Amino acid sequence: MKWYFMLNLKRVEIRWHGRGGQGAVTAATILAEAAIYQGKHAQAYPEFGAERRGAPVRAYTRISDTPIYTKAPITEPDVVVVLDSSLSSSIYIEGLKKNGILIINTKKSISEIKKDVSRDDIKIARVDATKIALEILKAPFVNMAMLGAVAKVIPVVDVMYIEEAIRESFRPKIAEANIQALRRAYNEVEVA
Amino acid sequence: MSEWIRIPLTSNYAAAYAAKDVDVDVVAAYPITPQTPVVERIAEFIANGELQAEMIHVESEHTALSACIGAAATGARVFTATSAQGLELMHELLFIASGLRLPIVMAIAARALSAPLSIWGDYSDVMATRDSSWITMIASTAQEVYDSIIQAYKAAEHSDVLLPAMVAYDGFMMSHTYEPVYVAKDRSIILEFVPKKKPSWNILDPDKPITIGAVGNPDWYYEFKYQQVVAMENSRSVLRQVFEEFSKKFGRWYNFIETYNMDGSDIAILTYGGLYGTAIEAVDIMKKQGLNVGTIKLRVFRPWPEEELLKILKSLKAVIVIDRAISFGAALEGPVAMEVLTSVYKKGLSTALHSYIASIGQRAVMEEDIIAIVKKSLELLEKGVVITEKPVYWGVR
Amino acid sequence: MTSHVKRLAGWREIPIGGAIIQPGNSAERFTGDWRVFKPVINQDKCVRCYLCWVYCPEPAVKIVDKPYKASSGREWKVTFEIDYNYCKGCGICVEECPVKAIDFIEEVK
Repeated sequence: MKWYFMLNLKRVEIRWHGRGGQGAVTAATILAEAAIYQGKHAQAYPEFGAERRGAPVRAYTRISDTPIYTKAPITEPDVVVVLDSSLSSSIYIEGLKKNGILIINTKKSISEIKKDVSRDDIKIARVDATKIALEILKAPFVNMAMLGAVAKVIPVVDVMYIEEAIRESFRPKIAEANIQALRRAYNEVEVA
Repeated sequence: MSEWIRIPLTSNYAAAYAAKDVDVDVVAAYPITPQTPVVERIAEFIANGELQAEMIHVESEHTALSACIGAAATGARVFTATSAQGLELMHELLFIASGLRLPIVMAIAARALSAPLSIWGDYSDVMATRDSSWITMIASTAQEVYDSIIQAYKAAEHSDVLLPAMVAYDGFMMSHTYEPVYVAKDRSIILEFVPKKKPSWNILDPDKPITIGAVGNPDWYYEFKYQQVVAMENSRSVLRQVFEEFSKKFGRWYNFIETYNMDGSDIAILTYGGLYGTAIEAVDIMKKQGLNVGTIKLRVFRPWPEEELLKILKSLKAVIVIDRAISFGAALEGPVAMEVLTSVYKKGLSTALHSYIASIGQRAVMEEDIIAIVKKSLELLEKGVVITEKPVYWGVR
Repeated sequence: MTSHVKRLAGWREIPIGGAIIQPGNSAERFTGDWRVFKPVINQDKCVRCYLCWVYCPEPAVKIVDKPYKASSGREWKVTFEIDYNYCKGCGICVEECPVKAIDFIEEVK
């Protein structure tokens, strides 16, 4: 299996999809923080407007080896990360670049996801982050597990720095449990 | 760079860090989207002991700035922050703060004005304060927000100036975007730059009582306003010194304006705030396409940096001004375009000026939009349009 | 600006921000020339009740350590006097005096 999809890109643009309260914004931010700790350039921002538990939420991360000047929104991401597969595929697939990557939390197989999104010009990675979160965190907080999947599939940021950023953001006990979830998703993510 | 740590901060948090690092004494603010995280972070700094300051909880922005005025009148170093309607509610107090010559510093997460209700970013709120005699700086990165607030205190508190200062940045696209920012590991280096001295302004002191806010009758009012004209004029040279000293001491270079790719370009895009960053990337793309265009950032709006701008403009064939607010019914409805036009006319330059309005209510402006704007202007130049009769309202349906 | 108008201080010569930096300078401003009528205390009728001193808004009623012997034989340790430098002639003291001991007479200048 080949993991290193993105190494030819100087700049990666990621869009995160979740529901309010699932932690899409936190995941987007932690990935940017980790990139910055690693000495890279990064931006992270939430979609502004609805901040309600359960409402569909988007967040964005830009990571680059060179300084990022633009403040334009990300409309055609290289990577889409879906925290909640109950969201409509037409929403999360919108604008995903040709040869882009979809990383999704689902129990479905890759061939089933392919059918859902009806695109054959993208790469798909799947992980059952809900199962991992329920087993480790005893709650469906899937964001850090999804970050583990992202770290594996597009290794633009070292896991070490992601773990550092998690420890900066959470209390020690919660941080360690989330890091465990992250590592497990890192190992379990499947790519096609 | 060992005196600095590189951390991820939004522009809102960068503003809060700057307030902490200049060791403000009093903060009075009222939360409003998208400024709220500034105040939240300062409250955290006070709660965890990183900042010894008085946080005054108020019931409106009107009261917030009133409290700031009272506190500054006692000689305290004072900070506040707001957005949009909050800034409008402060409007009458803006003139009192500057009229009383109190060096208050305010961060503004620039936001569109209601109605219809918009919580999103543009510069309608900032541009509506044009004549309030506040030094006005507009940042385009979170780093610049942090640095500009520090610089603002030094300029505002200078005895030749004594005017309040505001530092604005894009609501949301900057206020909520994390970026890498170098902040002082130990704020003593910042306090060496902006030392807390005996106040240089007239303060309320029970041991040496004075009256402030007295009547200025027709025999006197005009003289006090003229003092403000002189103070604003003085702020040019003071800001110049502050930028130079900051750059030399800390190695981050600042001026009234900033330029990118101006060598060999005879057309430039002039804009402000975060949009300048997008313009830089658009310029890079155009360069690859064989189109050599430069970009200019307006970093200080008040005092208007005429000398610095004209140095660049005099050698240009055309300047494309992208405004982010509308001055309804004005001679030219782009507020910055109108100022540029005045400067160009004053010096009799033949530089063409094309005015565009964009990003109103945070309507997205992509690099492709900026490239299309440049191409549109090239067409206008070919048609012989020197000054656009009206702004081009880019992207309106 | 005509030359017979007194020249006031210019912007360079006045404190910034409209601050009044000398405390208590209202004493320098004599308001006595506002009067049309002036109060005059009849020391013989006055019962030293202090009400004029309380009510005077300026304040222009002074309590002076000057003994006074009334025609009734009563001896007072203090005397009330009007400070005409500041009395604006508002007549409140005349109105409030319970024994009508203050006359209000037209000012002759």
